[in-house]
Amino acid sequence: MSYDRLTHPLVRENGVLRRATWEEALDRAAEGFRRNVAEHGPDSFAMLSCARSTNEMNYVGQKFARVVMGTNNVDSCNRTCHAPSVAGLSAVFGSGGGTSSYQEVEDTDVIVMWGSAARNAHPIFFQHVLKGIHNGARMFAVDPRRTGTAQWADLWLGLNVGTDIPLAHAVAREIIHAGLHNEAFIERATTGFEEFRESVEPWTLGVAEQVTGVPADAIRELAHAYARADRAQLCWTLGITEHHNATDNVRALINLSLLTGHVGRYGSGLSPLRGQNNVQGGGDMGAIPNRLPGFQDILDPGIRTAFEQAWGAPIQPRYGYNLTQMLEAMGEGHVTTCYLIGENPVQSEADSLACVKRLSMLDHLVVQDIFLTKTAQMADVVLPASAAWCEADGTFTNSERRVQRVRKALDPPGEARDDIEILCELARRLGHDWHYDGAEQVWDELRSVSPVHRGMTYPRLDEHQGIQWPCFTEDTLEPPYLHARLWETDPVKRGEPAPFALLRHSPPVDLLDEEYPLRLTTGRRLDSYNTGVQSSGFASPLRRGETIELCPEDAERLGVVAGEEVRISSRRGSVIAPVYIDPALRPGLVFMTFHFPDEVDTNALTIEATCPIAGTAEFKAAAVRVEKLVKVG
Amino acid sequence: MDLRFRDAEPTAEEREAVDALLGPPATAWEGGRRTETDLRVAARPESARDLLLPALHAVNDRVGWISEGALDYICRRLTVPPAEAYGVATFYALLSVKPRPPRVLHVCTDLACQAKGADAVRRRVEERLGPPGQSWQPSPCLGLCERAPAALALEAGSPPTADVYGPVLPEQVTDGLWTDLPATAGPSSNGAAGGSRGEDPRAGDTGEPPAEAAVPQAGQDGLVLLRRIGVADPASLDGYRADGGYAALRRAFRLGPAGVIREVLESGLVGRGGAAFPTGRKWDATARQPDHPHYLVCNADESEPGTFKDRVIMEGDPYALVEAMTIAAYATGCAKGYLYIRGEYPRAIRRLEHAIATARARGLLGTGILGHAFDFDIELRRGAGAYICGEETAIFNSIEGFRGEPRSKPPFPVEKGLFGKPTVVNNVETLVNVLPILEHGAQAYAAIGTEASTGTKLFCVSGNVARPGIYELPFGATLRDLMDLANPVGEPRAVLLGGAAGAFVTDLDIPLTFEGTRQAGATLGSGVVLVLDDSVDLKAMLLRIAEFFRDESCGQCVPCRVGTVRQEEALHRLSERVDERDLLLLREVGQTMRDASICGLGQTAWNAVESAIDRLGVYR
Amino acid sequence: MIPLQPPRRLVDVEVDGESVRVPEGSTILDACTAAGKDVPTLCYGDTLTPKNACRVCVVEVEGSRTLAPACSRKVEPGMTVGTDTERARHSRKVVLELLGSSVDLSTTPRAAEWIEEYGAEPGRFGADAATVEQPAKVDNELYVRDYAKCILCYKCVDACGDQWQNTFAIGVAGRGFDATISTEFDAPLTDSACVYCGNCVEVCPTGALSFKTEFDMRAAGTWDESRQTETTTICSYCGVGCNLTLHVQDNKIVKVTSPHDNPVTHGNLCVKGRFGFGYV
Repeated sequence: MSYDRLTHPLVRENGVLRRATWEEALDRAAEGFRRNVAEHGPDSFAMLSCARSTNEMNYVGQKFARVVMGTNNVDSCNRTCHAPSVAGLSAVFGSGGGTSSYQEVEDTDVIVMWGSAARNAHPIFFQHVLKGIHNGARMFAVDPRRTGTAQWADLWLGLNVGTDIPLAHAVAREIIHAGLHNEAFIERATTGFEEFRESVEPWTLGVAEQVTGVPADAIRELAHAYARADRAQLCWTLGITEHHNATDNVRALINLSLLTGHVGRYGSGLSPLRGQNNVQGGGDMGAIPNRLPGFQDILDPGIRTAFEQAWGAPIQPRYGYNLTQMLEAMGEGHVTTCYLIGENPVQSEADSLACVKRLSMLDHLVVQDIFLTKTAQMADVVLPASAAWCEADGTFTNSERRVQRVRKALDPPGEARDDIEILCELARRLGHDWHYDGAEQVWDELRSVSPVHRGMTYPRLDEHQGIQWPCFTEDTLEPPYLHARLWETDPVKRGEPAPFALLRHSPPVDLLDEEYPLRLTTGRRLDSYNTGVQSSGFASPLRRGETIELCPEDAERLGVVAGEEVRISSRRGSVIAPVYIDPALRPGLVFMTFHFPDEVDTNALTIEATCPIAGTAEFKAAAVRVEKLVKVG
Repeated sequence: MDLRFRDAEPTAEEREAVDALLGPPATAWEGGRRTETDLRVAARPESARDLLLPALHAVNDRVGWISEGALDYICRRLTVPPAEAYGVATFYALLSVKPRPPRVLHVCTDLACQAKGADAVRRRVEERLGPPGQSWQPSPCLGLCERAPAALALEAGSPPTADVYGPVLPEQVTDGLWTDLPATAGPSSNGAAGGSRGEDPRAGDTGEPPAEAAVPQAGQDGLVLLRRIGVADPASLDGYRADGGYAALRRAFRLGPAGVIREVLESGLVGRGGAAFPTGRKWDATARQPDHPHYLVCNADESEPGTFKDRVIMEGDPYALVEAMTIAAYATGCAKGYLYIRGEYPRAIRRLEHAIATARARGLLGTGILGHAFDFDIELRRGAGAYICGEETAIFNSIEGFRGEPRSKPPFPVEKGLFGKPTVVNNVETLVNVLPILEHGAQAYAAIGTEASTGTKLFCVSGNVARPGIYELPFGATLRDLMDLANPVGEPRAVLLGGAAGAFVTDLDIPLTFEGTRQAGATLGSGVVLVLDDSVDLKAMLLRIAEFFRDESCGQCVPCRVGTVRQEEALHRLSERVDERDLLLLREVGQTMRDASICGLGQTAWNAVESAIDRLGVYR
Repeated sequence: MIPLQPPRRLVDVEVDGESVRVPEGSTILDACTAAGKDVPTLCYGDTLTPKNACRVCVVEVEGSRTLAPACSRKVEPGMTVGTDTERARHSRKVVLELLGSSVDLSTTPRAAEWIEEYGAEPGRFGADAATVEQPAKVDNELYVRDYAKCILCYKCVDACGDQWQNTFAIGVAGRGFDATISTEFDAPLTDSACVYCGNCVEVCPTGALSFKTEFDMRAAGTWDESRQTETTTICSYCGVGCNLTLHVQDNKIVKVTSPHDNPVTHGNLCVKGRFGFGYV
């Protein structure tokens, strides 16, 4: 189905949403926030900020949560995709961004695409990969499915879902045993190598083959190619992060870069690819519970003081709830009011039924969006917003940390308003007389509090077609890659060493058994996007609706044919979808997207087993069974 | 590559034809059965794009046409995008992507045959077999000009067969002609795998006259390049050696690569393909290239209308070409040579396959040739009906499995040629000249001919003469000398020198040298001497030339793609009614084709027409 | 450190009697641009390897037997180039006549201007001159292939192929005047490898490939570039950060392009960025 844009505010009256004026809607929204905070304290408020909105909106949004509402409970859908990357990278290097830039992929020698179907999910990034391949780089693809990405690889390793750590450990052990690890780098720039070496020792190629299903020779080839390369890029996407132990997965990959010195140099680095246009920027702007704008730690008193002075308000000296914790807190009654800006958790969260239940327990829910999404339909107040990318001015930050200008090309429909304007209206109603003369003024305020963005004036962003952070001054540019410091010979300049992580293999939580014998994994298709709200608006000739994708062998065993509707059941729910036969799968492995939740709610099947560090859910591994529908009569 | 295939499946026969060339598929991802390993690990297959044309041939040879299922299967096997393979398959006249009967008759309608009544044959065939496109099609020059008018029947099957007819008299065109005659012999299944190794290459010659029948001088004293034609057995390596074969290679080894190049430079040998570039300089430039490997390409895609000399050499003295290629490779540092023979030459292909296989068996190809630290082998590739593939860079694209479109120069082949590597390209006649140079020395060779045109030259005489065929004369003989040998029938009105890309001349005292023809505003080109008497309709000849270029234009550049069409349209109008505006238009379009086309095809497409207007006054 | 390219040597060439200094490896076209000469081009694309197929950019190079395509021929020290000689102008005129008489150039930017400038008369070949006229192929909702406007410049094939998209949905099929841009067996796009990135539309120099929105508006007579604004912003889908230039008429997006010099996209987009704007 296709959605119509929201053109006027809505408020709930007698259980149904009706049209309202802006005044009424804004008053109702502000009143509800005030009431709940008055009754239960500031931490009863939670905000989900929009990863598709501008940096400027995210900056104002998190400032709203922290200054107006007095809480650090602000998060974004970052949680459902890349929070583990941020958590893993910042734990090792002190900064959560990918370390390399796209151009470096073209100039590198080995590219490892681990759990990344970039050919379809990040097509233009993949064009840079293809340039690299055409320039002579060897590409390795690690993915349970032989995706379009894998078909371009020099070697595809089809591992079992959720066995990334064993594979990474076996690669590490092989590198060490072959004497290919970079001892000088390890000694100078890392800690914990000896313990790490011991921790991977059990993961011989043979053991890894047993666990991952990947032939030992292929693991050896990957290990040697990665370690021997002069430059190597390690790229990953949701295949790594949508697991219950996602942060561990990320750390397992980072370990490989530390072992070989493939970080902090031109052409060698780590690239998590972001799933939403501004998921990087949302975090950079502080729309996350533990960081202030510019990726600055809330627990650091000096930083807090600087912000308190700049903002003229106290900042709570503790981390707020992340999305997962927010949802739990809703269930437990600790969070009673919520402000969702451009987020659709009802359809994007794993175990969607549980999510609906928790949101329905709120006293006051305000949703600001461009569509009346399933989540918006549960709201008390619905505020129609502008589409950031074409109806607002501002900036986005992409996966290579490049801050780029967003420019207004269209007027929003009907009465829809700019996000920042709405936030300011609400702030004013809650006693903070905020006003910004356009996005540039917001950006200049952000620049004054965030050193890594300080040099990026709007004119400079225009001039350079975007600038990668960090950019400390208005007349310098930094290298396109991060962490060159690790290669410094002077220990002072080198700074904090990067720690190896000691990790344990933890198989997917949703175990396979006789009742649920098939491993369901999920992903994206080229022409569709997330919950399909945006992508349903154009007539893609490629679109074929939701299907359950089976390998030819499983289809034959189940006695089903292409196009036939079947029931797919997990321990949590069941859905009906037509069969699509995909030779890229192997027996026991089935695939669905989550692009068509209105027709087939794939997330009724997925498990809400979350990463304890980053809070992402295990979308990539559910246990299901597929049954032929029995015709009645 | 993430190729997308449609759901077409190959038939068992198509699959078998492809597998016979490529071997069975290595993995499920290349069209084999799915195994457990395939579903766990997959490595990028070695690039085999250059086997695309042989694979298309394999199917076309077996079934007669290339179905969607067959094309998809080939693409899976070779990791080639189907849209590109389709573009390649539709580039060649001998390949069909539409169903057609296995046996297709190719009726030559080109210049030499037209001068000898091909129109009547064509009309007769059309009456009998219906409109062209299915069981027959009109064909550009088949290189059987001494037997004009000629026809070639290719029949798909296992093995495929080929029958050559000529001269065909219209009254012989009966229903039975193409079906009742015993199938004789065919091209081998492919050029890549050397399918007919060791078979008697004379098998299947039933009904076709021997190569020496095309050489009126055969057996005479004083011949150099043609000396073995009709004398030595083309199927016998021993015979070749007994007749002086491989003496030149031995001398080459004594001289060393630089010495060979010096000999060739001093001999004054220039290329016989039409451009007359000094062969020694080309070799020297290639030999000096630091990039490796170097490749040798022998251009045997002899397709200039009226040309058949290379065919006669290949059919009558195939080992000479093998030896000459070996010497060229030794001099220029090539370990691999490609011999690209046009697809319309089934007997030449068969003979060379046999010669290569026996030379290889005797250690004259392969590793450590004659005990020297020199490795060289020859891969034979078959063209598939495209004149443009005789262009020196188009031939690379064709071998590499792309459309046979010429490349932009510079870079020149000596720098970036086949597979982007330094490549020396020579045609057959040029290469075999190397043998007498080495056997007798550069000085002796240079003593023959004139100062600027050394050695002997082969001429392809056809048209209104009593003794058509290949003649060998020292450079310096006049056109009249040649005509006296060939014995014109009737009063010659004009001679087309150099083929469709050449020019009409009327002066019989032109010396047949590079400089002499150039001075006369003509060209030796590929050595075509097409004699036309008063009985020939010149306007029809010009229309055929225009049609030829329009048909054979690859379509890459605008001046040639559209210009050849406009030229043909204007000639049609002119043959009805002479209009000065059309003559001006021809000149303007002609000049633009000459100035602005990418390659020699477009650059020369107006030559013959221009000379006919200016010298013969055709539209006066 | 970021590896820097070593500085390129400079080469002196003469263009129309004027001395120009350009980096080694530059094309004649680069030198002409540096000298301020306006040499017409059609098949040249700033993001693609020159195919030099159209030959409208030919110039006279001293000592060269034939004219040289400015877009692809590299400069050599001491080269003397004439962009406006009688020979060069003649070939350009005839090439424009050949194209104008066989292809519908009505939506080719600057074609009419050049035809006038060079005094080309495409009509001189008569009413019966062969053309590539054929009905437009409308087989999907996103973009249209109107091959009556195709000059066979190969740019769409190169953009779809190994120069950018690497999808290889289209190739050149057939030969000579009958050559066309085609999928395998001329299948409809919906049955081909096409992924609707529209990168072919981006590089098409004649309007043979166009957004369905543009095609329909042109048919309805409502397409009016003078009323359109172009705004470059960032795509709203994944996190790669592709730059989109939105062409807006009457507050509606009618076409999407991408800046060719952008370090993220180099002018390329995917189906979502190019066509996924319907929801706003």
